Amino acid sequence: MVAALTPVRPATPPPPASGISRGLGERLSPYAYIAPFFVIFAAFGLFPFAFTFYVALFDWNPIGDQEFIGLDNFTRMLADPRFWNATRNTVSIWALSTIPQLLLALLLAHVLNNARLRFALFFRMSMLVPYVTSVAATAIVFVQLFDRDFGLLNWLLGLVGVAPVDFVQSTWGSHLLIATMVTWRWFGYTTLLYLASLQAVPRSVYEAAAMDGAGPWQQFRHITVPSLRPMIIFTVVTSTIGGLQIFTEPLLVGTGGPQSCGVVRQCQTLTLFLYEQGFGQFQFGYGSAVGVALFVMVVAIAAINYLLSTRIKADR
Amino acid sequence: MTSTTPQPRRHGRVRWWTYVLLAAATVACLFPLYWMFIVSTTDSATATEMPPEIVPGDNFVHLAGLVLDTVPFVQSLLNSLFVATAIGVGQAVLCALAGFAFAKLNFWGRNTLFLIVLLTMTVPTQLSVIPQYLIMSWLGWVDTLQALVVPGLASAFGIFWMRQHIIATVSDELLQAARIDGASTWQVFWRIAFPIVRPAAFVLGLFGFITAWNDFLWPFIVLKSPERYTAQIAIKALQNSLDVDLGLAMSGSFLATIPLVVVFILVGRRMVAGILDGAFKG
Repeated sequence: MVAALTPVRPATPPPPASGISRGLGERLSPYAYIAPFFVIFAAFGLFPFAFTFYVALFDWNPIGDQEFIGLDNFTRMLADPRFWNATRNTVSIWALSTIPQLLLALLLAHVLNNARLRFALFFRMSMLVPYVTSVAATAIVFVQLFDRDFGLLNWLLGLVGVAPVDFVQSTWGSHLLIATMVTWRWFGYTTLLYLASLQAVPRSVYEAAAMDGAGPWQQFRHITVPSLRPMIIFTVVTSTIGGLQIFTEPLLVGTGGPQSCGVVRQCQTLTLFLYEQGFGQFQFGYGSAVGVALFVMVVAIAAINYLLSTRIKADR
Repeated sequence: MTSTTPQPRRHGRVRWWTYVLLAAATVACLFPLYWMFIVSTTDSATATEMPPEIVPGDNFVHLAGLVLDTVPFVQSLLNSLFVATAIGVGQAVLCALAGFAFAKLNFWGRNTLFLIVLLTMTVPTQLSVIPQYLIMSWLGWVDTLQALVVPGLASAFGIFWMRQHIIATVSDELLQAARIDGASTWQVFWRIAFPIVRPAAFVLGLFGFITAWNDFLWPFIVLKSPERYTAQIAIKALQNSLDVDLGLAMSGSFLATIPLVVVFILVGRRMVAGILDGAFKG
C-alpha cells in the first residue's frame, strides 16, 4: 500500500524559477477533489449514523415530543419477544440462503474456470441476470411461483403426490421462500467473484495435478477450495451483512400484515422490524435502538472476519 | 479432438455433465424472468389453470393498460431513469475525482481519510434510515427525487475501485511528464488520468445505475405521492391492488425489468469483465 501511494509531486516545492506553479491553490486542490464525496458522505452517511445512537436514547415521536429516557429503549428491546423473533428469522433466512448459495457458487466457479469451455460468456452473463433483476420484481414472481393454489411449484409437488404447501403462511415455508429469492439473486454474482479469484491460480497447478492423476473432485477439493479461502470468507462476511439488511422480500411476501411479514410475524426480519417500529408505529427512538443492535452485529461479524483472516495468514 | 498431438490443456477436458450443470443454472437464472413474461401476457383465468400455460398469451396490451390505469407507471419509469442516471454518472465522476486524489496526489491526512472510506464500506446505511429521514424532513426533501439522488452520489466502494484502477493503469512517469510540460492538476486529471480509467468509471457507473434502479427501502420510506414513485415503489403499489387482476403486479414487474434487461444485453459483457478483472479481490 505504501509503495503504491507514490506522490506525483516532489516532496519539497521547487523554486518558482522552475516555471511550475506551486501556489496555495495547487496545494489546497487535492481537498477539492475529495470534498464533494466527503461533504455528501458527512451529511448523509456519517451524521445520520452517529445520530442513530442519539435518537435511540429518546422516546422520539416525529410529530410529537422527544423525551430523553436513557437506555430504556435498549432494556425494552432486549425484553421484547418481537425483537428476538426477528433476530431468529434473520439468522434462519441467512443460513438457508448463504450456505446453498456459496456451495453452488463454488461448484459453478470451478467448472466455469476451464479455458476450453464453450459458450463461457453466455453462461457468465446468464448468471448475472438475477442480480440485474430488482428485488421487488423477484419477490412478485417467486411469491406467485410458490403460491398455495396457483403456484407452479405446488403443481409440480402435486404431480409427485405432495399435498399443497402454504409457503407464505408457515414459518419454515416463508423462510425457505425468502431464502430461495436471496439465493437466486446472488449465487451467480458470487460465482463470478470466485471465478475472478480462481483465474489468479496458475494453470500449471491444475495441469500438474491432472498429470498426477487427480480427478475433477480431487482438483476441486485440493486446489479450488483452498485457493478460494480468503474470498470465501469475504463473501460470507458480505452475505452476512447483506442478510441483516433483508427487507424488501419479507415486505412483499407478507400478505395480511406486510410490516410484520404475516400475522404471526413468521418472516419478519430485523430491518423490517426497524421499519415497522420507526415508520409504522412512529417510535423513532425504539427503531433507532434496533439500528444500533444491527450495528453491534455488523461489528461482531467484522471482528470474527478479522480474527479468521489473520489466522489464515498466520497458517501460511 | 481427433488429433493425436496433445492439446493445450487447462485442467482436463470439459466433461458432459459440466454442460448439464451450467445449462441447469442458466435455466434457473432465466426462468423466473420468462415466467414473469408468461403471466403478464395471459389473462387471469388462464394464469391460474393447472397445468400452467408455458407459452405467452395475447393479454399483454390489456394488462399493460391496467397497470397504467392503476399507477402513473410511465412517470415512475421516467423517475427511475432520472434517479438512476444521475446516481450512475455522479458516482462515476465523484469517485474518479476522489480516487485520483487518493492515488496520485499528496496531501495531509490522506491515509487517515482513506482509512475512513474503507471502514465505512462495511457499515450498512439501512441501520440509520430513521435519522436519514429526519434530515430529509429538516431539509424539506421528503417526497422529492433529490432525496434519492444526493445521498446516492457518495460511494465509498467507488472511491476504492477508482483508486485501485488509477494506481494500476496510470503511471507516475506519464503524470510527471505532463507536469513538466506545465499542466495543472486539473488538466492532469481531466486530459490524462480520466481518459485512461474511463472504462473502469463506466463499469462503476453501470453498477451504480442498476443499484439505484432496483433500490427499494429508501425510496419506499421517503416518497409519498404516486407521481414521485420510482418503478420499484410502483410495483409495490400494484401488489396492493392484487384484487384488480392477478397479473397486474407481474406486468408491472415485467415492464420495470425490461429497461434493465436491455441495458444488460448491451453492456452486460463489461459488467462481467468488471467483476472478473479482480478489483473486488480482498
